[in-house]
Amino acid sequence: MVKISEYPEEEFILPGTRLCAGCGLQLAYRWALKAFGHDTIVTLPASCSVVAGGVGGYSPLKIPAVYDCFETGASTASGLAGALKAKGREKTKTVVAWVGDGGTYDIGLQALSAAAERGDDFVYICANNQAYMNTGIQRSSASPYGARTTTTPILGKKEISKNMLKIMDAHGLSYMATASAAYPQDLFEKCQKAKEMQGQGVRYIEILCSCPPGWGYGVENSVKMARLAVETGYWPLWERIHGRITLSKAGSKFIDPEKRKPITDFLTPQVRFKHLKQDAISVWENYIAGVWKEIQKELDETNQ
Amino acid sequence: MTPRNEQYERWIAQKILAARQTTTIGEAGKTGTWRTIRPVLIPEKCLVVKSGKPTCHKCWLYCPEATVSRSIPPVFDYDYCKGCGICATECPTEAIQMVPEKEAPSCAETIANAGGNADA
Ligand SMILES: Cc1ncc(C[n+]2csc(CCOP(=O)(O)OP(=O)(O)O)c2C)c(N)n1
Ligand code: SF4
Ligand code: SF4
Ligand SMILES: [Mg+2]
Repeated sequence: MVKISEYPEEEFILPGTRLCAGCGLQLAYRWALKAFGHDTIVTLPASCSVVAGGVGGYSPLKIPAVYDCFETGASTASGLAGALKAKGREKTKTVVAWVGDGGTYDIGLQALSAAAERGDDFVYICANNQAYMNTGIQRSSASPYGARTTTTPILGKKEISKNMLKIMDAHGLSYMATASAAYPQDLFEKCQKAKEMQGQGVRYIEILCSCPPGWGYGVENSVKMARLAVETGYWPLWERIHGRITLSKAGSKFIDPEKRKPITDFLTPQVRFKHLKQDAISVWENYIAGVWKEIQKELDETNQ
Repeated sequence: MTPRNEQYERWIAQKILAARQTTTIGEAGKTGTWRTIRPVLIPEKCLVVKSGKPTCHKCWLYCPEATVSRSIPPVFDYDYCKGCGICATECPTEAIQMVPEKEAPSCAETIANAGGNADA
């Protein structure tokens, strides 16, 4: 494993942004940009991440960023990749679409699906903070079961989140991975791999990003929350290269239910889950069991 | 109906296409003024200070704002540190203490230097 002292020290998002104190998304952004490096063009639709780019004539970003419309994260990336190719410069730059969960699971889904089907050449990052945070915590189809949001204010969300990873897998991507803001080194290596697989269509990484105001926990616990999601087995860390799945070292032991922390460790510290009773917690436990069952099945198939 | 002013329209279109941002530290101003508590290092407990080697630096790793340096000792950039306390939570030896701002000496100075985009 690479030591902390060996990762690049250069920052590509400079301090003093307008994101909330303790924002998990900013931590993930910081580390992903380190991995992508100088020769990167990032495109961002409306989201907290676009606010991070600055609202006037200044930006904390050291790399070129194209701000696009809410539904066009992937289509703008398609355009950028196409333009680079037309100029014969596709090998000199990495195009990255950095999109929220709302922009991915909901409004930007068809643009992403179309780009994936065409095999457009870019890295697509879904920075999943599990709701429309930038506009004040409205539910998205990535919000988990039971989560209270401003549009599911009393009983919480009645549906479990959309299985976006399965949808993306159905496109037959060259590279897919899950990551969490609490594991920057794992995230760094995945972004590097996705970058290296240039010319192999859309590479999709989904990062779970903890959000203090959206999830409702103390800012100091942001990394802890994103880590608990992994330690409870809720957010498995894996990558799938040309259809072959491997568990990531950082989270591989949680395939064993005995090693997992109880899901209530993740749920109870968060205000959005405060109202959940035992029956709802069982829904969560079943969900986690189901997620791992699918992974186990896939592992068995690849190892045959 | 007002006639179209094509020259003006072209000028506007060019302005929009040429709109660009300048990279800066402190895009949102001195975000250090957001703090109510500040991280303070207790050197005797810090692993990198004790060993004199870059063995830990988890504070640098996990700070969303990039306001901890990867140096020995780690140094906080109080101009922009938002005081979230993640560094203190993640420190394996509790070598970072979060101290209320009003007890910290240079609070008034930070506020006096607060600025927005225009000053960046
Ligand atoms: C077509 C359109 N509809 C609605 C909006 C308003 N809007 C801006 S950001 C946003 C939420 C973004 O949510 P998500 O993609 O999850 O990103 P987050 O802010 O959570 O990082 C919405 C609804 C918009 N900009 N454009
Ligand atoms: S609302 Fe959440 S995701 Fe958005 S800046 Fe704040 S902490 Fe980050
Ligand atoms: S308190 Fe938060 S912003 Fe300040 S140095 Fe620590 S982790 Fe960074
Ligand atoms: Mg979101």
